Amino acid sequence: MSKVKSLQHRSTGSITVRRSRISPLITLSGAVVLVAFLSWAPWILPAATVSIFMNFFILVIMATMWNLLAGYAGMVSIGQQGFVGLGAYATLYFAIKGVNPFVAIPLAILACGAIALPVTFLVFRLRGGYFSVATWVIADSAMLIIGSIALLGGGTGHYLPGLTNLSPDQLNHYTYLATWVVALLVVVATYLLLRSRMGLVLASVRDNEVASRSAGAKVTSTRRMVYIIAAAGCGAAGAVLAISQPFIQPGNEFNLQWAAEMLFVSMIGGLGTIEGPILGSIIFFVLQQLLQNWGAWYLIIFGTVAVVVAIWQPRGIWGLLRDRFNFELLPVGYRVVAGKEVADEAA
Amino acid sequence: MSWVNALVQGAMIGGFYALFACGLSLMFGVMKVINLAHGDMAVVAGYTAVFLAPKLHVAGVWSFIVVVPLFALVGYVLQRTLLQKSIDRDPFTTLLVTFGLSVVIENLLLQIYSANGQSVNIGSLISKSWQVSSTLYISYVSLVVLAVAVLMLGALQLFLSKTGTGRQIRAVSDDREAAQLCGANYRHLFGVAAAIAFGTVALAGISFGIMTQFAPTSGGVNLLFAFETVVIGGIGSVWGTLIGGILLGMAQQIGAHINPAYQILAGNALFLLVLAVRPQGLFGKKTALS
Amino acid sequence: MTDTTYDHSARSDSLLDVSELTVFHGQLCAVDQVSFHVNAGEVLAIIGANGAGKSTLLRTIAGLHKPSSGRISYKGEEISKLAAHRRVRKGISLVPEGRRLFASLSLEENLQVGAQNAAPGPFNIGYVYDLFDWMHERRNQKVRQFSGGEQQAVAIARALVANPQVLLLDEVSLGLAPIVIERIYEFIPNIVTQGIGVVLVEQDVTQGLQVATRVHCLLEGRTSLVGTPQELSPSAIERAYFGSDVTHGPAAQEGHV
Repeated sequence: MSKVKSLQHRSTGSITVRRSRISPLITLSGAVVLVAFLSWAPWILPAATVSIFMNFFILVIMATMWNLLAGYAGMVSIGQQGFVGLGAYATLYFAIKGVNPFVAIPLAILACGAIALPVTFLVFRLRGGYFSVATWVIADSAMLIIGSIALLGGGTGHYLPGLTNLSPDQLNHYTYLATWVVALLVVVATYLLLRSRMGLVLASVRDNEVASRSAGAKVTSTRRMVYIIAAAGCGAAGAVLAISQPFIQPGNEFNLQWAAEMLFVSMIGGLGTIEGPILGSIIFFVLQQLLQNWGAWYLIIFGTVAVVVAIWQPRGIWGLLRDRFNFELLPVGYRVVAGKEVADEAA
Repeated sequence: MSWVNALVQGAMIGGFYALFACGLSLMFGVMKVINLAHGDMAVVAGYTAVFLAPKLHVAGVWSFIVVVPLFALVGYVLQRTLLQKSIDRDPFTTLLVTFGLSVVIENLLLQIYSANGQSVNIGSLISKSWQVSSTLYISYVSLVVLAVAVLMLGALQLFLSKTGTGRQIRAVSDDREAAQLCGANYRHLFGVAAAIAFGTVALAGISFGIMTQFAPTSGGVNLLFAFETVVIGGIGSVWGTLIGGILLGMAQQIGAHINPAYQILAGNALFLLVLAVRPQGLFGKKTALS
Repeated sequence: MTDTTYDHSARSDSLLDVSELTVFHGQLCAVDQVSFHVNAGEVLAIIGANGAGKSTLLRTIAGLHKPSSGRISYKGEEISKLAAHRRVRKGISLVPEGRRLFASLSLEENLQVGAQNAAPGPFNIGYVYDLFDWMHERRNQKVRQFSGGEQQAVAIARALVANPQVLLLDEVSLGLAPIVIERIYEFIPNIVTQGIGVVLVEQDVTQGLQVATRVHCLLEGRTSLVGTPQELSPSAIERAYFGSDVTHGPAAQEGHV
């Protein structure tokens, strides 16, 4: 009986709470090597590979943000492409006004966060599917409004100014570094965020919303914060997207395909884990490269796999690996370890 | 175009939106599922009609006699398998699964048919219209589509209020567990509701193909309009759906009258306004939101 | 625990037979090895404190929860794996806690849904209109306008028109005035004479004892006492209801958290 077991643990009095079984030192040194390699990549890898890496980082940013939103806070948005588009267009706007596009990145992030705040007051009136479709309608409206502004090129598009004074090599390196640094910051910030108090609130809401509300958790304000952060993050993805593909068009920046990709990548990799979206992005890019001569088949296959995963393996591939091998690289939750197990591990 | 003309044309197209929306509304009301692949199913129906018509040696429009029952069957089977499986998990999963289906269907159609537009052949009726006054014309096609929509909604209303199965479907949507305790097999009833939803969306898809050209990517916009219609009219009200469609059509035509670029935006604005002021919709019950 | 021993010989002729039924809610064991039987014409009252597992027990018999072990037999046939709606068609009806009427349907439509998959038998909509004489006049009204007692009567009527041979009543007196409760319970002797077995769950012990032919007391999911209302002393019932060991309660609760 479960009753008996938990009482026994209580009586021994040696329960330890810890985050992971892998020593933080190993994780840390691995991370340092990886960061060093990825920072040097544009100088040692061919340009085509570097460009794939850039697209990969952009997807990692989006997927990480979508995972924060849906996997941790339970908000299934299908309108995050709206903030990708707004981030791209904010960058364009500041560049037209004479700001260096790289300097415009943080400004675009702030702009998206600021736009997201009033949006929450509308969409937070809704739950579940209503919420999802409303976010999509807002993204669609944002695209239509942006497309009717002549200064930003209207429906036909506009080149991002302010990049011509750089040599092609310089531009390529700087763009790569900007994309990589933004991706790194987004992942690290999400990790720290989930280990903070906010992460605890999200975990308690995920387990039982009513209980955590009555226990005094600030559920709505936490959700609002997450929505704004995810909007800002997707805006960052849009900003680096604008610099890496500097012809900016509403149909491309606000493409619903971004929503599809971030959703599939998070689903397949594993919702509710930091590693899942990154793993999902890797799988996505491998598949895309393998099937690059086959048109849209990579998306058909990927979508089918995502549906299958959603129904039969909802914790994703990372969840499957973690359950099988019992480890985490970037643990945000806690594991309760009974006294005997602690002694075993210490030995 | 005069303002009166804009309003009349908007109202005419509203019937079509209602036809599109009633299946979405039914599935949400009964199963609490928002089928994000709803618009794509309509497009698939349009392609099926175009594909089948020459094989059946009829004008495209008559293929609905085969396509509608076929889609009802597809709806029942899909509900009893994939959709039921995801409902058994949680609402979150149904959103992911139907969105996944939507993307897969759209890209499959792109692979098979390319991005070129198609339309359903209705013969000589397409160019004829009824002149109401010197400035106001109403095309026969939009009249036929409006009539089909009103007939369809009327039949749905009769089915739900007068038949035993309709009553059970309403019971299940009120309280699934209590309906089980009355001997209702809710999985079968979900299947019936999905069959109706898919049948009506097939009819809507063919109507769409009669009125205008469709392409593999038309599904998204269709879903958007259907959803806006449902929200404006309110979940669970058959005639509310018709009013919702008409209001959406009018808003879009008024927007287009001001500036062609504002057509969809005006519809979105009305939708967001209703959400902000009366989220249960004009004719809906508040309970539909929780 | 000698007084909880189950007499297996009763199985052959009983209408409903529950043996060693165990039901889990996630980690929590809500019903633990409970056995009883109900014969035609009997009223079995299941009493116990809040959270004793009474509702879970009834809902498992109705098919809304899956038991993790044990068996439920109806007229000698094992039905533990049957879907809820199939059990209704065989003749087992549950009046759920909280009435659970179809709010957007009229009174008559509620009854029609109940009668749609009825087993063959004496009850129909006309019969319940005779049983509750106010119903016929108000049959076209939406049930959400009704008072609590009226709604409870409709819930019972909705279960009756399915022609059950085993009627399960979950907390039908909850939230009702004593005078209303009395009127609700009046129908029980009436239908029992038609050969129906009734299992009722009550938190209100006096109410349960008044109509019951036998009593089954649950404590934290386990059988703590069985007997007829005549042979059980108030103090024995109190012990079985609250638990005799004072220190046992809080300790067990702590274990679940």
